[in-house]
Amino acid sequence: MLLMKIIIPAGRFPYILLGPLFSRKWLLWFSGGVLFISFPVHAQREEGGERDTILPVYLEEVVVISDRTQSGDPGQAKPLSSLDEYLTSARKVNMVKRGAYAWEPTLNSMSSERLSVTIDGMRVFGACTDKMDPITSYVDVSNLSEAHIASGQQGAEYGVSIGGAIDLKIDKAGFKEDIFIISLENGFETNNEQKIIGADINFSKDQYYIDGDIVYRKAGNYSAGGGEEVHFSQYEKYNISLNGGYQLGPGKKLAATLVYDEANDVGYPALPMDVSLARAVITSLSYEQDTLGVLHHWESKLYYNTITHVMDDSQRPNVPVRMDMPGWSDTYGFYSRTALKTGKHRLLFKWDGFYNKSLAEMTMYPANRGEASMFMLTWPDVRTLNTGLYLEDIINFKESSLKVSARVTVQGNRVADKFGLNSLRIFYPDAAASQTRFLSSIATQYSKQLRSFQLNFGLAYATRAPSVSEGYGFYLFNSFDNHDYVGNPGLENERSMELNAGISMTQPGFKLSFEGNAFRIHNYIIGKTDSSLSTMTIGADGVRIYTNLRYADIVNLSFNSEYKIAPGLTWSGAISWHRGTDNQNRDLPFISPWAYQSFLKYDTRSFYGEVSAGGAGKQVNFNRGFGEDQTPAYTIFSMALGKTFYISGNRLYTKAGIENIFDRYYSTYSDWNNIPRMGRNLFFNISYKIN
Amino acid sequence: MKIVKSLFLVAVFICFVSCASDNDEVSENDPVAGLNLVTSFEANGHTVELYSENSGFTTGYNEVSIRIKDIASDRYFSDSEIAWTPVMHMTDREHSCPKSGVTLTENNTVSKGFLIFQMTGNAEEYWSLILNYKIGGTTYEAEGYLEVNPSPGGKQKITVFKGSDDTRYILAMIGPVEPEVKINGFVAGLYKMEDMMNFSAVENYRISVDPRMPGMDNHGSPNNEDLTYDVASGIYRGKLSFTMTGYWKINLRLLNDKGEVIKGEDVTEETPASSLYFEVEF
Repeated sequence: MLLMKIIIPAGRFPYILLGPLFSRKWLLWFSGGVLFISFPVHAQREEGGERDTILPVYLEEVVVISDRTQSGDPGQAKPLSSLDEYLTSARKVNMVKRGAYAWEPTLNSMSSERLSVTIDGMRVFGACTDKMDPITSYVDVSNLSEAHIASGQQGAEYGVSIGGAIDLKIDKAGFKEDIFIISLENGFETNNEQKIIGADINFSKDQYYIDGDIVYRKAGNYSAGGGEEVHFSQYEKYNISLNGGYQLGPGKKLAATLVYDEANDVGYPALPMDVSLARAVITSLSYEQDTLGVLHHWESKLYYNTITHVMDDSQRPNVPVRMDMPGWSDTYGFYSRTALKTGKHRLLFKWDGFYNKSLAEMTMYPANRGEASMFMLTWPDVRTLNTGLYLEDIINFKESSLKVSARVTVQGNRVADKFGLNSLRIFYPDAAASQTRFLSSIATQYSKQLRSFQLNFGLAYATRAPSVSEGYGFYLFNSFDNHDYVGNPGLENERSMELNAGISMTQPGFKLSFEGNAFRIHNYIIGKTDSSLSTMTIGADGVRIYTNLRYADIVNLSFNSEYKIAPGLTWSGAISWHRGTDNQNRDLPFISPWAYQSFLKYDTRSFYGEVSAGGAGKQVNFNRGFGEDQTPAYTIFSMALGKTFYISGNRLYTKAGIENIFDRYYSTYSDWNNIPRMGRNLFFNISYKIN
Repeated sequence: MKIVKSLFLVAVFICFVSCASDNDEVSENDPVAGLNLVTSFEANGHTVELYSENSGFTTGYNEVSIRIKDIASDRYFSDSEIAWTPVMHMTDREHSCPKSGVTLTENNTVSKGFLIFQMTGNAEEYWSLILNYKIGGTTYEAEGYLEVNPSPGGKQKITVFKGSDDTRYILAMIGPVEPEVKINGFVAGLYKMEDMMNFSAVENYRISVDPRMPGMDNHGSPNNEDLTYDVASGIYRGKLSFTMTGYWKINLRLLNDKGEVIKGEDVTEETPASSLYFEVEF
C-alpha cells in the first residue's frame, strides 16, 4: 500500500567525494561552472600518474545531490531526504536541530555567523532573529546538484567567513543536444507520515535550456524512539524553481534562476514559537564568457532575494504572553569572477558585493486586554553593504602544489530605523547610526604527493564582522540557554588563526585519511551575562550582551577510511573529535562529542543495499552556563535497499529503508533543548525518469 | 475662445490669490498656534482665555497660556501682569495646588505658567482659578471655573503622599509628554504642602527611578537616571528609558537631602512595585 506512494528522483545520488581525491578535471570543470561529474574514488590514482596533475584538495568536500551524468544508482540511501539530511553526511558538517525542519548547519563546530552559506554563490540571509530559517531551508534537494563544502579559509571565495563556506549549487541542465527529460518523484515516510511529491522537467538544446521543478513536502508530528509523539514538529513546504540559459554566441552564455520556496505551519518543538510562513524568492541573472583576453571563464552575476519569516505562538497553549515576531531580509548582490592560467599558475579573481536589509519586530499582546500592545524592533532595519576582492593562485609543482588566497572586504553597517537606533541607544547612548569595518583574510595551503601518500598543510588568517544579531539584536530570546540576548555595536572583529593538516593514503581499493584543524579565534564573540539587566522574556534567566572574549580555541580531528571489499561492495567509516574552549578553558557550547559513522554499501547498476551505524560518545565537555547538559552516548542503525527497473527504456528507481531500526530514544549534543530525535522510520522513495 | 481664455485667466488669478492668502495666514504669527482654547470667562469687560496644548486640563501637570481681551475693542492686552490662585472647592474645605508664576512669553499678549492639579472636579467639588491682573496700572480680579479631568487613560501622573517625615508632598510628572522607546528625558516637580493654600518647591532631594512592565513579569529597563534637582528651573530632571511600547509603571523612591528615604520601596521579588510611582502607557 505504501508502495503506491513512491518516488522518483531524477537521480538524486548524493555521495561524498573526499577533498584529497579531487581530480584535476574536477577542479577545472568545477571552476568553469561546468556540470560536475564525480569520479570513482580510485580514479584519482590513475590520473595521479599524469605529469601535470594538480594535487588539489584544499580540504573541500562535495555532497552530490543530483548527478545528471550518472546512469547507475550509486547513491544516497534516501534520495528524497531533506537537504539537511544530505548535509549531515558531510564530514565536517553538523546540524543544530530545533525540530524536524530547518536545521542549522555548523561547519568545523561553527554556526551561521562564522560561515558563509550561499546558493550558487549568492548571499542570502535568513529573516529570523532566532535562527529558525537557515539559508539551507529555502532550497530543496529537488533543485540542487550539489553542496560544496569548503573548510576554513578554503571557502573565502564565497565570502567572509571563519569556519568555512557551504555553497549550494543549483541544478541546471546546461546546453546539451536535444535533451528532454521528465522526472517524477514520490516519497513516503512512516514515522511522521511525510509525503513528498515532485516533478522535474529538463529541456535542453544547443542554444538554450529550461529546467523547472516543483516539490511538495508535508509531514506530521514525528515520534521519538519508543513512540512518544514530539508535538509541534510538523511542517509543510513547497519549492518551485525555474532555470533558463541562452547561448548568445560561441562561448557566451546568459542564465537566469528563480527559486520560490514557501513553508507553512512549521512547528519547532524545541522552541516556544512556531512559524506560520517562511518564504523566499531568490533570483539571479548571470553572464558567462569562456574567454576575456588572456582570461578565461569570466562569469558575472546579479542577484536579488527576499525573505519573509513570520513567527508566532498562536498554536501554543498556555503562553504567558502572546506574541508575533515577523522578520524580513532583502539582499541585493553581485559577483564577477574570472581565471587566468599561466605557466604553473592558475589564478582566480573575484569581485563581489551585497547589500542586505534586515528588519525584525516583535509585538506582544498583554494578558490584560485593556493594556496597549508592546512593540519592539528586534532587528532595527540594519543595512549592510559589503564588497570584497578575492584573489587566489594555485601554483603547481611536479608533485606538489601551493595555493595562496587572499580576500579584502569593506563592510558598512547602518541602522536605518530611528526607532531602532533609539532602542539601541538605551544600551549604548553614544552608538553611531553607521560604522565601517575592514576585513581581510589570507590563506596558504600546501599539498604534496609522496607515492601513495598525500600530505596537506595549511595556515590562514581571517577576520569577520559581527552578525546583525550580534551587533544590533534587541532582546533576542535564546531558549537553549534561557537568556535574552542584546547586540553590541561596539564589538571588535573576530580574528582567526587557522592551522590545518592532513595525510591520506590511497591504495587500489583502499583509502585512509586523517586530518585536523585548529582555530584560535581572537575576540571570539559570545554572550556574557549582565546581571544588572532585567530580562524581557517572561521566565528567562538573565540577559546576555554579546562581548568579545580574549580568544577561544576550536579543534576538529577526523579519521576516514574506505575499503573496497569486493566489486560493488564498499565499507567506509569515519570518526571525528571536536573540542572548543575559551581563554579560561571553559567549554564552548555546541561542540560535538566524539562521533562515528560506518557504512557497508553494495552498489551495482541495478541494485543498491546499505547498512549503516552512526553514533556519538557520551558528551564529556559541555557548558551548563549555555544551557547544555551531558548528552548520553547512542548508536543508531539504519538500512536501505534500492532497485532500478527499466520500463520501456525509462528508468524507475526505487528505494526503501529503515532508519533507527531499533527505535532508540536519543538526542544529540546539537538537539535544541534535548528534543528527542526521530524514532524508527520507514521510508519509500520512487523516482521515474522519462527520457 | 476668448471667453475660455478669460475664464482661464480668472481661474489662475483666483488660484494665485487664494494661494497668496494661504501664505499670509501662515506667515501671520499666531501667538496661540498649536494650542487649544480650553476655557474662557468674562469679567471687568475683559475675556480671559486659557489655552493648553491638550484639549483640556487633567490631573497632574498642565501648562497654561493666558490671553486677556478687551471686549469693547476686541483686542488683546499686551504686557499684562498676572498672578493666579487655583482653588479646589471641596464640600468641607478649600485648598490650592502647586503652581508656577505667570510670565510673559515672547509674544507680549500671551502669558504662561503651569498648574499641578491633585484631583479632578466632580458634581459637588470643583476647581476655580482666581486671576489678579494689572493692565496699564489698573488692577483687576477675575474668577473662572475650571474643568479638570482624569489624566489620559487614568494613568497616574501625580501622587500626593505623606512622607516618613510627616510632611505632605506632591510629586508630578512633567515629561516625557510623548514617551518613546529610547532614553527619554524625565522631568518632575516636587512640592511640599505648607498649608492648604501654599505649596513650595522642594530642593535638593533625589528620586530614584525604576520603570517596570507589570504585564511582562516586571521587566525593567537599563540606563535610567535618578531625578535630581535642577536649580535653574526649580524642577527635577533625570532619564527614563523604555525598551518597548506598552504599559510601564515607573517605580520611584524619594530621598531627602540627607539620603533618607521619605517614601517608596525598592522593587524586589517580594515587593513588585513601589508605593510611590507614575504610570505611562504608549
